[in-house]
Order: sequence, then structure tokens, then C-alpha cells
Amino acid sequence: MPFGLLKFGLSRGHPVPRVLPPATDLKDSYDIVIVGGGGHGLATAYYLARDHGITNVAVLDKGYIGGGNTGRNTTIIRSNYLTPEGVKFYDESVNLYQDLANDFDMNLMYSKRGHYTLAHTDGALRTMRWRAEVNKHFGINSELVLRDELRKMVPQLNYSEDVRYPILGALYHEPGAIARHDAVAWGYGVGAAKRGVEIHQNTEVTGFDITPANGSAPKITGVKTTRGTIKAGKVLQAVAGMSGEVAKMAGFKLPIKTVPLQACVSQPLKPFLDAIVVSGSLHVYVSQSARGELVMGGSTDPYGVYQTRSTLDFKEGLMMHMLELLPFIGEVKLLRQWAGMTDMTPDFAPIMGETPVDNYYIDAGWGTWGFKATPVCGKRNAEMLATGRVPDIIAPFALQRYHDFKLVGEKGAASVGH
Amino acid sequence: MKVMPCPLNGPRNISEFAYGGEVEELPAPDCGEDTWIDYVYLENNTAGIVREWWYHTPTAYWFIAERDTRTDDILKTYPASDIYKDRVDFSAPPPAEAPGETS
Ligand SMILES: Cc1cc2nc3c(=O)[nH]c(=O)nc-3n(C[C@H](O)[C@H](O)[C@H](O)COP(=O)(O)OP(=O)(O)OC[C@H]3O[C@@H](n4cnc5c(N)ncnc54)[C@H](O)[C@@H]3O)c2cc1C
Repeated sequence: MPFGLLKFGLSRGHPVPRVLPPATDLKDSYDIVIVGGGGHGLATAYYLARDHGITNVAVLDKGYIGGGNTGRNTTIIRSNYLTPEGVKFYDESVNLYQDLANDFDMNLMYSKRGHYTLAHTDGALRTMRWRAEVNKHFGINSELVLRDELRKMVPQLNYSEDVRYPILGALYHEPGAIARHDAVAWGYGVGAAKRGVEIHQNTEVTGFDITPANGSAPKITGVKTTRGTIKAGKVLQAVAGMSGEVAKMAGFKLPIKTVPLQACVSQPLKPFLDAIVVSGSLHVYVSQSARGELVMGGSTDPYGVYQTRSTLDFKEGLMMHMLELLPFIGEVKLLRQWAGMTDMTPDFAPIMGETPVDNYYIDAGWGTWGFKATPVCGKRNAEMLATGRVPDIIAPFALQRYHDFKLVGEKGAASVGH
Repeated sequence: MKVMPCPLNGPRNISEFAYGGEVEELPAPDCGEDTWIDYVYLENNTAGIVREWWYHTPTAYWFIAERDTRTDDILKTYPASDIYKDRVDFSAPPPAEAPGETS
């Protein structure tokens, strides 16, 4: 048998199906260069090719596609934000997600679960009602449910009053879902490559060629990489946790702090929890994956680090709170743990659109909440790059808002306290 | 457990401390708006060695640490008085007279 296997391995009768075309040399020049091959960069390339016919595009990633936060997140998709700007924006994304598996002809394991943000205080209940009302105003399914009703909907939780933070109710958001995150990156990547976009992995951007500003705004003309310099008509930066450092290469500063966010999964369990449960007071969120693992996360680390290390403090805190919520998981073991580097902005809203450098656009400030925004970002970035106009739906997230004192104040962005 | 060497209390678990942001020069009160915007919102967010404020919560003590944000190694800690030796004058400029105000 081993011989048969060897013979099969050496034979030419089984071309390995490649997900992406084989790597090529970089061309001298591209109409559009996208820095960062996470979901946001790949989605932008996909919609540029599919909707605007623009394919002289290169996506550059210093590692491998989807190896950043796109492949590290806890995959929660929802639109129950608080500000009108946020609610409209994330709702467009949730709607795009519905058709994505068909678009890609790939199973994204998109699974609608219902999303419950628990309230443990009267103040939190008031905020949940506020969010529910803003959501409903924009036609989004969100309801405040009180304790007794919630107990019927999610009976697995600990409703004891004999705990530090008894559950009083929750914001129930029916469209809340999870999806396979790497499949989202692959779907966009494969779809873009199929239409002619080049995806270059292991290609780090190390600087930019910018024409000096003699009176007018400086303008981008080229991108320096570890594989040589290329000319670029337009550049989009979508590098998540490296946003500050990459923007500095282009000559401007961002209102962003880079802070690790950690997550972990338990050993697989029999399916028992179909809801996504989040508690800001307990700093936990949990859902059960199709494999049966409990996917768990908490708040960001208390200070900035450019690393994806995991800490004991994080797990101790998280487990303490998990046990308050689901006391019967005391014997369950942790299987994996990891972290991603997140871009935190002061108003918990992204930074999208134009920058002080002409033809240099940005998609950053995604903090702990950018996976759900992947489709809308891709679609609207593509529209912006193709037409040169900033779409209305992303205009409020301009970097310029800090200069105009028009911060967004998106307190519904992070499910847990930061 | 990560240990922070506090200049006042000696080595302590990092959970006893709060992070206070990078050490930055306070702009002059009459500097332009752009300088204030930079000071209030924009971040150096350096990947490398930074100088930052830390606070020992149980003893209410602020000090300065030098840390490498790529490795999370704390290289050095010292009292803020090592850098800040002068008293800062916080007295406000006299208020401009409001138009039409009567005494
Ligand atoms: C633990 C965790 C849990 C999360 N949970 C959720 C969640 O439940 N729901 C949600 O909506 N969001 C969540 N997020 C946030 C979400 O994952 C991110 O906001 C989102 O994935 C950002 O996508 P991106 O494409 O911008 O970045 P990334 O996927 O990080 O891609 C950026 C890419 O840029 C590349 N890069 C960096 N520097 C350079 C350079 N100089 N040159 C070339 N390439 C470079 C990197 O290699 C990387 O591949 C979570 C994040 C983490 C870390």
C-alpha cells in the first residue's frame, strides 16, 4: 500500500487543484495597489474586478492572505449598532453577507443564531432599549427582552440572583450570525484572482514614492516592497493592526492605538448553545461553532503591544466570568488560544476614505469589529477607487472628522467593554 | 504573571498597574488648533521602544516606563521627576471681557 501511495504521488495524473493561481513576478505598474490581503483588501479587489471591470490590481500581503485578523476573529456578524451612521453601514454588510455564498459558490457556513447582549444593570437595560429603538427606526430587527422571556429563549444561562452580576435582560438581535472567517477571505481572493487581479503573498510594503508637495497635496506614485518598487495609480491601505506604522510610511499620523485582542476555543462539545451571547459587564462573548467548540473572547488587552501573544491574565479573567454565565462548563478544557492586533480609535468607528496624500486611500480603525464589515468595505472601497468619489455611506468615517471635531461616538461597536 | 518594576514599590504583578499612554510634550496653550488635534487624537503608536506613563493603582503613584512594544519587554522604569523637574504654571490667562457685560 505505501508503494501504491508513492506511485500515486509521483504520477502526473492528479493535478493539485490550486485555490489561487501560482505566484508570478510583480509587474512594473498597476492601476491600483492594495496593501494588505485580509478580508477588506481582498473584498475590495473582488468588487473592483466584478462590478467595475478594473483588474490591473495587485493585492500585496507581507504574510499570507487571511493570516491577519480576518483569520483570527470570533466571526460574529450583526448590525445592532447605536449611531445612525453605524447602523446603516453594518446593515448593508449583513445584507451583502446573505448572498455571499452564492456569489462565491462556496460554503461560508453562514449561520444565523440570534445575538443577545446581556444587561446586568438598569443602566445597561436603558442603553439596550435605546439601541433597539435606533435599530428599529432603520428597519433592523432588535428587541429588548426582559429576564423571564430571555430565560425561555436562552435557557442555558445562569439566571441565579446569587451572583455578582445577575442577568436582567438582553438586547436580542435576530440577524446575529457567525460564518467561517477564512472562507470569506478565500472566497474574495479566489473570486478576485479568477477575474485577473494579482495576489502577491510574502510581499511586504516597506515604503511609498510620494511626489513632494509643492503647494498642492502630496501624491502617491509608487509602492516599495521587499520584492522591488512598483508604480501605482492609486493605493488602498487595509492592514488592520499595522495601520499606524504603514500610514507613517505615507507621511501621516492616525488616531489609532494598536492593542492585542485575545480569544480561545474549548474542546468540542455536543451542540447545546445556538445563541451568540455577549456581556459587556462580564467582558465575555461566546458562541458554539459547527464543530462544537465554544468560541470565547473578552475585552482588549489593557495596553498596546505589536504581538499576537496570549496571556494567562486574559484566560483567568475570561474563565471566571464564563463560569458565572455557564457554571456547568467547569470541567471543559481549553483547546486553542490566540490573539490579533486591533486598531482602536477613540470613537470606536473606522477610518475610511481619503487621506492627506492624493490617490492614497485608507481602510483602518477596525478594532475588534471589522469582520462583519468586510463586504460593505470591499464594495464601497471599490466604488470609491473606481469613481474617485467617497460614497455617502462611508463619508462619516473620514479621517478628517478628527480635524472637524465630528467624532462618531459608536458605543455599540464593541460587544464587550474596552 | 508579568512583573512591572515599580520605582516606588518594587516588582509587582502587572495587574496592579494602569497604563497611561505615551509620554508627550504638552503643547503651549496658545498653539494652533492642528497641534492640539495632534496632541489629543493622533497617536505615535510606535512599534518599538516607547516611553510611557504607568500608574500603580494601590499607591496612586505615577511613573515612567520604557518598553518595547514589539516584545512587551519593560526595559526601564523611573520616577517622573527624573524628567520633569520644573513646576508647570497652570494659571489661566485673564478672561477676555464679554461684550455688553455690566458690572
Ligand atoms: C480575537 C479577535 C476577535 C475578533 N472578533 C470579531 C468578531 O467577532 N466580529 C467582527 O466583526 N470583528 C471581529 N474582530 C475584528 C476583525 O477580525 C478585524 O477588524 C478584521 O478582520 C480586519 O480585517 P482587515 O482585512 O482589515 O485586516 P487583516 O485581516 O488583519 O489583514 C491585514 C493584512 O495586512 C497585512 N500587512 C500588514 N502590514 C503589511 C505591510 N507592511 N505590507 C503588506 N501587508 C501587510 C497583514 O499581513 C494582514 O494579512 C476580531 C479581531 C480579533 C483579533
